[in-house]
Amino acid sequence: MIDSKVLDYDYDEEQVGFKEPPKAETKPLTLFEKLSLGLVGVGVLLFIILLFNTPLRGTWSGFFLAYGPLVIGGALYFWLSYKDTEPGIKNDGNFFRNITSRGYLAWIAGIFMTGFYVVLYWWPQYLEGGIRILDPHSQLISGAPANQWFLYGFIYTIAVLVFGIRMLMKYRGNRYQQIRTMSVMTVQLGFAFLLPNILKLFSQPEFYFSYFWPLKYDYLFPSSISYFTSSSAGLGLFFVFWGLVMTFVAVPVLTYFFGKRWYCSWVCGCGGLAETMGDPWRQLSDKSVRAWKIERWMIHSVLVFIVIVTAALWINSFTEGRVLGSFSGPAAKWYGFLIGAIFSGVVGVGFYPLMGSRVWCRFGCPLAAALGIFQRYFSRFRITTNGGQCMSCGNCSTYCEMGIDVRAYAQQGKNIIRSSCVGCGVCSAVCPRGVLKLENGKTYGDRFEGSARPIQAFIDSMKHVP
Amino acid sequence: MHIAIIGNGITGVSAAIRLRQLKPDWKITMISGESDYHYSRPALMYIFMGHMRYKDTKPYENSFWSRNDIDLVRGWVTEIDVGSKRLIMHKRDPIYYDKLLIATGSKSNKFGWPGQDLIGVQGLYDLMDLRDLSENSEGVKNAVVVGGGLIGIELGEMLHSRGIHVTFLVREKSYWDNVLPGEESSMINRIIKRENMELLLETELKEILDDGHGRVSGVITNKDERIDCGIVGLTAGVSPNIDLVKGSSIPSGRGILVDSGLRTQIEDIYSAGDCAEIVTEGEGRNLIQQVWYTGKMQGKVVGETMAEMDSVYDPGIWYNSAKFLNLEYQTYGQVNNAQGLLSIPDEKNVYWEHGNHLHSLRLVHNGSEVLGVNVMGLRYSHKVCESWIRDRRSPEYVLDNLSQANFDPEFFRKYESEIVGRLREQII
Repeated sequence: MIDSKVLDYDYDEEQVGFKEPPKAETKPLTLFEKLSLGLVGVGVLLFIILLFNTPLRGTWSGFFLAYGPLVIGGALYFWLSYKDTEPGIKNDGNFFRNITSRGYLAWIAGIFMTGFYVVLYWWPQYLEGGIRILDPHSQLISGAPANQWFLYGFIYTIAVLVFGIRMLMKYRGNRYQQIRTMSVMTVQLGFAFLLPNILKLFSQPEFYFSYFWPLKYDYLFPSSISYFTSSSAGLGLFFVFWGLVMTFVAVPVLTYFFGKRWYCSWVCGCGGLAETMGDPWRQLSDKSVRAWKIERWMIHSVLVFIVIVTAALWINSFTEGRVLGSFSGPAAKWYGFLIGAIFSGVVGVGFYPLMGSRVWCRFGCPLAAALGIFQRYFSRFRITTNGGQCMSCGNCSTYCEMGIDVRAYAQQGKNIIRSSCVGCGVCSAVCPRGVLKLENGKTYGDRFEGSARPIQAFIDSMKHVP
Repeated sequence: MHIAIIGNGITGVSAAIRLRQLKPDWKITMISGESDYHYSRPALMYIFMGHMRYKDTKPYENSFWSRNDIDLVRGWVTEIDVGSKRLIMHKRDPIYYDKLLIATGSKSNKFGWPGQDLIGVQGLYDLMDLRDLSENSEGVKNAVVVGGGLIGIELGEMLHSRGIHVTFLVREKSYWDNVLPGEESSMINRIIKRENMELLLETELKEILDDGHGRVSGVITNKDERIDCGIVGLTAGVSPNIDLVKGSSIPSGRGILVDSGLRTQIEDIYSAGDCAEIVTEGEGRNLIQQVWYTGKMQGKVVGETMAEMDSVYDPGIWYNSAKFLNLEYQTYGQVNNAQGLLSIPDEKNVYWEHGNHLHSLRLVHNGSEVLGVNVMGLRYSHKVCESWIRDRRSPEYVLDNLSQANFDPEFFRKYESEIVGRLREQII
């Protein structure tokens, strides 16, 4: 006979059962954690005061007062909150905390970050105070006063570094995560912030070694090429050469050996921010088949868009505007506005707290699309699964920032070969049964599933529903 | 042909999917009173800890079932009417079947402790338990978990994650040493203490105390020690859930009795997974297997026998895995427990443990063949370990090829050369 208590159970567990506000008690903060958060609070206050035209603004003292407490307090807080924990997975309460589970705080954060990008791109005059604070720093490394892009680069780098410390502490037991995090921190600080500014100091064109076409779309535009090649001292020519090598040699070759992770989760600045500041929200990516379908159409369309724009600009340049004269210029402008500004910036970062950390990388980045095609069809990289050990818990899928339903493969014992996988390795980290492993070893099995030829497999994959 | 499956756990689901592959036009109905859709039972803990939402624990999107034409019915079966081939349902019309699979899983053991039905006393097996736990753990500062097993440590970790102080009452000399060898078991004792949980070994539950309002207020141990607590987790194992067939004409022992094709003695009725007891021919105990993997494998086999294939359930080379707090564990083949309950002829063990007590490896062999592998804090390849045991590789061969089995992520420290050195000394 069945227990009458059991018979009474008829909850709709999805709508009612576990959706109510959690009753979990959060652990009280220690004294030092409170002090470090206090320091952040003081930092915010000082920052706001320094935005106004006080005598301190524009001096080194002002710079350190505005950013010192913020950066030190933030880094200290992350260090303190993980330092006494055992190495392991730290996802407790992610779906209970307002800020990491689309609560009102997440909305406020999302609106604030979105707003910042809108002001940065279109109304930079409102950032004047913040820009002036950075003047001494900008003078030192680039030899010129700060502008809105220096401010952006500076804040971006600070975010990667401070949240990078969080990441290093959170994944203390995982050397893959630690080395990868150190890589994105180093690249952001060195190649995406210091070096381009120092180049300006030496009267060279500002150049980002860690970005290239089609993500840095204008690096292959005729206008950029002529600007670089006409610059003095011969470095410009090297920049053009570097950009071409990255796009046409590094992309296929490195992706063949390592998968797209060599770039997306180890080098790229967009990926760097996603992997550090975006980490608290990685679980919010949409794992549905529908989202996957939208993703495939969207990201490949952006790639097609930028290829057409670039080709048109070159045709126009060769023919001196006789063909496509009135098309290429405006097309490039529209690409810059829609994709470069709105998609990669406003949506890409602004929506972190609501849609996860990789919205841009997953749905928009044309370089990710290109790398993805190589990864899917011409690469050794894949995530292998460990025999029958999967028990379908879903941690891998939940914590996949790219929204890949990793479990769907793992529970069938299949390798995961997906163009969108950035190789962050978190699925492997959170797996409680040791099922997933990122590998570059030599195998080609099931890469062209259902078709003998890569091109046909690619076409099939655009319509495929598992 | 209409197939009815009672239970939407891993066994029922595996059977349904296998049947659909084999018989595209049969009607398949899967019935559960617990949930609308299949979810991963081992993931219950992650919902409570806030790692995942309930919906994230569903291995298949909701549309998967309609796309595969598998009908889902939410409701409790109260009786199987074997004569007229129908299922009597609670508050629903009966369901008629041509073939029936009973995959009702397990129930938490309760050993008749005084006070075991008080509010706040529970096992951890299903969504009902999770719901109870969410409600009953509110405001609770202390909990007692009775029984040292896999579910016990999961429940302990869950409560611990919400800042509730946990005390384990474990009958054995060391945690889970009725399954694990002594050294591995000691590693678990250590990590429990490192997380500031209380571990009382060789201690049994005597009585659960009532606070006067039908709620638990504490427990008394067999050493007459009183421990105050607001939650008592009873995790002293599980038993086949055979409530539905007790008193019916479907023969049952500890579980529902089935042959190696997972057929019961009643025509057209099958049973598989946790609730099934496989009758072994000749000598040996009947087989009851209650882990995820065996449920999945049995589900696949019963799907085939229901589709009139000649399949036989072969448990193969044993494997399992678990995670004790942050310590991962994998096992392959035969490994004896600290109590020496298994009889492994000519059993020899070689063992390595890192100085930090967070990594270990054990090979069980009989002098010429490797019989089992245990790893803690290391990930090893199922395929490779299984092939060593299946191909009866010598211990020397395994040591020569040990690094092939390593499945740890890239850049992780590799201990294989240290392990091989240490184990070679022991083999000689």
